[in-house]
Formats: sequence, C-alpha cells, structure tokens
Amino acid sequence: MDTLVDNIIAEASGKEANIKMRCRDVSVFYAEKQALNEVNLDIKPKQVTALIGPSGCGKSTFLRCLNRMNDTIDICRVTGEILLDNEDIYDPSIDVVDLRADVGMVFQKPNPFPKSIYENVAYGPRIHGLARGKAELTQIVEKSLKRAGLWEEVKDRLDEPGTGLSGGQQQRLCIARAIAVSPEVILMDEPCSALDPIATAVVEELIDELRQNYTIVIVTHSMQQAARVSQETAFFHLGNIVETGSTDEIFTNPKDPRTESYITGRIG
Amino acid sequence: MTDIAPENMGDGTTVTRLRHHSPERRARTAKRFAAERRFKYLGLSAVLLAAAFLVLLLWTVVGNALPAFTAHYVKVPLDLTTEKLTKENAADFNYRKIVRAGFGGLFPDVKKRREKRSLNKLVSSGAAIAARWEVSDNLDWVGTKAEVLLPLSDTADLYFKDLLGDLSRPESERTISDKEIAWLKELDEQGRIERTWNTIFFSNGASRESEMAGIWGAVVGSFLTLIVTLALSFPVGVAGAIYLEEFAPKNRLTDLIEVNINNLAAVPSIVFGLLGLGIFINGVDFGWFTLGGGSPRSAALTGGMVLALMTLPTMIIASRAAIKSVPPSIREAALGVGASKIQTVFHHVLPLAMPGVLTGSIIGMARALGETAPLLMIGMVAFIVDIPGSLSDPATVLPVQIYMWADFPEIGFQQKTAAATLILLGFLVLMNGLAVVLRSKFERRW
Ligand SMILES: Nc1ncnc2c1ncn2[C@@H]1O[C@H](COP(=O)(O)OP(=O)(O)O)[C@@H](O)[C@H]1O
Ligand SMILES: [Mg+2]
Repeated sequence: MDTLVDNIIAEASGKEANIKMRCRDVSVFYAEKQALNEVNLDIKPKQVTALIGPSGCGKSTFLRCLNRMNDTIDICRVTGEILLDNEDIYDPSIDVVDLRADVGMVFQKPNPFPKSIYENVAYGPRIHGLARGKAELTQIVEKSLKRAGLWEEVKDRLDEPGTGLSGGQQQRLCIARAIAVSPEVILMDEPCSALDPIATAVVEELIDELRQNYTIVIVTHSMQQAARVSQETAFFHLGNIVETGSTDEIFTNPKDPRTESYITGRIG
Repeated sequence: MTDIAPENMGDGTTVTRLRHHSPERRARTAKRFAAERRFKYLGLSAVLLAAAFLVLLLWTVVGNALPAFTAHYVKVPLDLTTEKLTKENAADFNYRKIVRAGFGGLFPDVKKRREKRSLNKLVSSGAAIAARWEVSDNLDWVGTKAEVLLPLSDTADLYFKDLLGDLSRPESERTISDKEIAWLKELDEQGRIERTWNTIFFSNGASRESEMAGIWGAVVGSFLTLIVTLALSFPVGVAGAIYLEEFAPKNRLTDLIEVNINNLAAVPSIVFGLLGLGIFINGVDFGWFTLGGGSPRSAALTGGMVLALMTLPTMIIASRAAIKSVPPSIREAALGVGASKIQTVFHHVLPLAMPGVLTGSIIGMARALGETAPLLMIGMVAFIVDIPGSLSDPATVLPVQIYMWADFPEIGFQQKTAAATLILLGFLVLMNGLAVVLRSKFERRW
C-alpha cells in the first residue's frame, strides 16, 4: 500500500521514484523504413527487464536507443523521449560519452579488445579518469572481474590476451568491462546466443546477481531465459510493444493473443 | 533428383546404378574432364612462360652485373718523399705526377712519348684521386716510398675479366692493342695485379670514367627522396583515409572524392612529374600572386614531393582497406564503454589497421623507389658527381642513374647498369618481402 501511495505522490509531482528509464513514443527510422513505432516502456531500477519477440521486430533497435548506440548509424533517426532518471538522454546538452558510461552495453557476440585481459577492463575507467593512479585502477579491474565472476579463472593471467579466453569467459570479460565504468544500467543484446548451455547458465546466474547493483535490460530470443532471469518483460511485435508487465504475468496469463501464440511457440 | 535406374545384369539380378553411367553421360563427363585438363595445362604453361622470362631476366642482369662488383687494381710504387707533400696537405695534394712517375717506373724501357701516353692510359684517369684517398687514409706513408693499389682503366680491367671479346681478331678491330696486352701481361707476371671488391662502385657518385663511377650518390639520393615522400604521403594519406572511412558523411561529395582517388591512382606517373614541375618549381602565376614555385630543381626535396603526390592515392586506398577490415564489433565495444569517436579510432581501430597501413606504405614506397619518369620531368637527370648532403642538394636516384648509364656506350657502363639494376631489384625485393612478412605476421587477430 505504501509504495502505491508513494507512486501516486511521485506521479503527481512529476517524478517517478520507481522508474529508472522512461520511454515515451519512441520511433526509429532507418532511412525511410520505420523499425519502431511509438513505443512506450518504463524500466524499473534494480530489476531485469527482458525484451522478447520474433526476430526483426526491433528489440535490438530499441535497446540501442537506450544508450544512443544508434547515433553511430548514419541513416538512423530516433524520435520521441527517453528519460534516464528524469533527464532526456537525447537532449543536446547530454554528452553521449557520459551517457554510455552510465548505460553500459554487452553485445551479442563477445567482442573483447585484442588486448590483455587487464587492459580490456582497465580501458573504460582509464578514459573516463575514474582511477587516480595504477593501484586504484588495478583495484577497479579486480573488483569488476570479481563481480563478473571471472576473477578466479583469470587472476593469474591478466596479461594474456582477452581473445584467448573461451566464449563464455569472453562474454563475462565484456560484462566486467561494462561494469568497470560503474554504470547504472546495463544493456545486453542476446548475451548468451553465442554460448554453449553451460556457459549460458553461468552468465544467467551472473545476471541474477548483478541485479542487486544494476538495472538490466536484456534482449533474448529464449523464452526460458526470459522466464529464468527477468522480473519484467516486454513483448515486441513488428515494431510495436504489444504487451508489458511482470514476467510471471506475461508467461502465465498473457493478455494479447499475439503474446500468447509467441510464448507457446506458434510465431517466432 | 535421384538419377537411379535399375539395370538388368543379364543373370537375373538387377543392380541399381546411377544413371550417369549411361554412355551419353559418360561421354559428357569425359569431355568435361578433358576441358578441365586443357585449362590446367594452359594455366601451367602460362606460369612456366612467366617463370622462364623471369629466369632469363635475372640471368642476364646477374650475369652482366657480377663482373662490376669486383675490379682489378695495380700495385704502384709511389714516391711520397717530395717536399711539397706534407701530412697537412695530403688530402688536397695533386698526385698525378707521382702516379705517372711511379707507374712509368715499372716500364723503364718505354721511352717514346706516344708509347708513354698509351702506357699511362692503362691506369684509370681517376688513379690520382684514388691515390689521394689512399694516402690521406695512411698519413704515415708521407715521406716514404709506398706500394699503393690504384684502379686500372676500364679497358685493362675488362681485359683481365676477359670481357673484351675475341682477342685473336686483328689489332685494328680491338679496343686493346698488342702492346697494351703485353704490358698488362708483364704486370700480372710481376704479381702487381689484384682483383678485389669494387669499393669505388659502392662509395662514389657519377663519373665519366666507368671505373670511377659509383652508385652511392644515387643510393643516397633515392634514400633522401623516399624520406621526403614518406614524411609527406604517410601522415596525409593515413589522415585522409581515417577521415573518409570513419568521419566523412556518406554522400554524393564523398562518393565523388572516392572515385577520384581511385582514378588518381591510375594516372600515369609522368603526369605527376608535370604537376610537380608546374607547381613546385615554376609556380602557377595567377597575376596577383604565384602559387608554389621556387623549389630547387633536381633536388631530393622536389623529387620527394612529386613522388608523394604520386604515392598519396595508393596510400589512401591501402589505408582505407586496412581500416575497413577492422571488424565493427571492435568499434562498438569501444563506443559501448563510452570512448569518443576519436578515442575509438586512435586507441583501437588504427592500431589494428596499422600492419595493413604499413604494408600499403611499403608497397607504395617500393613503387616510388622504382619510379623514373616523373623525376626526369623535374630535372633529376643531372650528372651529379658529389654525394648529396641535404634535401636541397642536386641529387639523382637509382632508376634515373640506371637510365643514364644505359645510355653510355662503354662496355664498363653496361656492367654498371646491370649492377645498379641488380641493387635496385634487391631493394625492391627487400621492401616487398618486408611487406609480406608484416602482412603474414599480423594477420587477423580476432
Ligand atoms: N543498421 C540498420 N540499417 C537498416 N535497417 C536496419 C538496421 N538495423 C536493423 N534494421 C532493421 O530494423 C528492423 C529491426 O531490426 P532489429 O532491431 O535488429 O530486430 P531484432 O533485434 O528484434 O531482431 C529490421 O527490419 C532490420 O532489418
Ligand atoms: Mg537483434
């Protein structure tokens, strides 16, 4: 009851205490082609939000709006409003570099830099000037690798190239790299699709742990994965969000027939 | 789909056989195999032909060049006791008379002026200069009598190398007379003739006398020219490539620029020579002001600038290809942790592209090293005796030196031409080899 009252008060005062990122009427165009159509989504803090839907429906496109990775695509145009802690991230006064430090990203295919494990993690803190001196930087590297659950496996070979690790380790290295700049939100675009089942289980477990400290948005094509790791789910279909809600709700009691047929495997 | 037809084997058993065992199929297969074989042999013979020409080229060049790497010297007793020669002036002294007297002294019977003159022609006209080098290197010889190795004339040198053709021909058809042969034989019998590594060839500049002509001047000239070329075309080329590949918007204008860069790479090199002559040396007169002009003629600086113009398109194309081959996932990774565009390029993309960029640069430099035509346009054909000491000194380059030597009729110069060609080829092979090594060593690490 209290939280409801809080929410009502927050709503009235224009603040949403329980919302980390707020997306209103987000449309994305690749040249003439519209990939997202006036999408609305609220992302709750310290929770895992799963974006599901058939391929090509705009999940990655939406995810990449959240840290403005779409800026790097010349033909891509974004309209609408995306707020991070009530600040419009597309406001001209916002620097994308700062934004991407706050909203980190992990990609579909593990993409460590062809440098040492240490350098992979240390790169972000270094360019953002997060560490004063070598000792502090090493501390950040260690902490990030521990949080990513990789420390025990690599602590004796931090000088070896990150590209020499196994796929699952590489992906956790990429997660450590994202964590190292202390983001508030971490975006993950099908982070396990290139991994084997065992590595996938390790990463899923990790995501569940990270929820304590970070807000996570994860794109996944696996229903089971969404059910396992997420608390909130948004179902995308042909550039629209058809249904959002708690994961339990959506998986047990979908309201929209399209959601139901996707979950039961009739469209995909 | 499945071309399977049952076939009666005659003895009642039916064997299922692939239908391509039918006679028509078999004939067609045989024809296809024959065509493939023909094509293979055609390709093989093309490769063999090319290889044969390469062997022929190397054979003639090496065969002609080898004699030029050694030279025959004569040991002459020099009387260095004259009062005029001191340790101080040893490096400026004119040793002509001493050399004449010393060499003439070996043949005391030769008295007639005409005979003396032809005797003296057996040592190089540069022998006095060679004597100066020798004495100034060994100052304690001053005031003594010393046996000094002096270069023979090219005719005498070629006689000992047995390159003067058939010596049984009548005397009038030879470049060497019976008497000269007799003298040389006598010197040889006295043990005064020595064949050694031709240091003059590797340390001298140009000369009218083939035995005194060397390639060092051209090598230094080529080196200075390439330094200028590299210093100009590398930063400009790489910067241009980075801009076009990473920053430029993709629109009509950049498309046009791209097409034109590709076209420029195909422009005949002599056109760049004309451009250099017009802009760097003469300057373009616009009435109220002159663009460019004033560059020194036939200097390494100007040559390097012209070759930089020529190399730039190649450099840009190679660098762009190298930058393009860096996978986008690396850029995304860097941008994803909040690197700026510039940081992404300089921390990640460029280091990964560098091996490719360097390979391209080396190949571009190798092309520039072998280039003659544009340098002829800006007057780098001058006859340059002194080794260039700076970028603005008159200089020549290896291929131009080869071009000039090839024009001289003397047999001695023919060998110098071949030797210089061999050295140029050596440099080119070295550079291209380096490029190959770089490429294979740094091949894709992701
Ligand atoms: N860089 C791009 N340029 C043009 N069209 C794109 C680009 N990226 C994605 N699209 C288009 O946008 C739509 C949504 O793609 P995407 O967001 O990748 O889907 P999902 O991740 O849900 O599979 C697709 O139709 C795709 O073709
Ligand atoms: Mg996707």
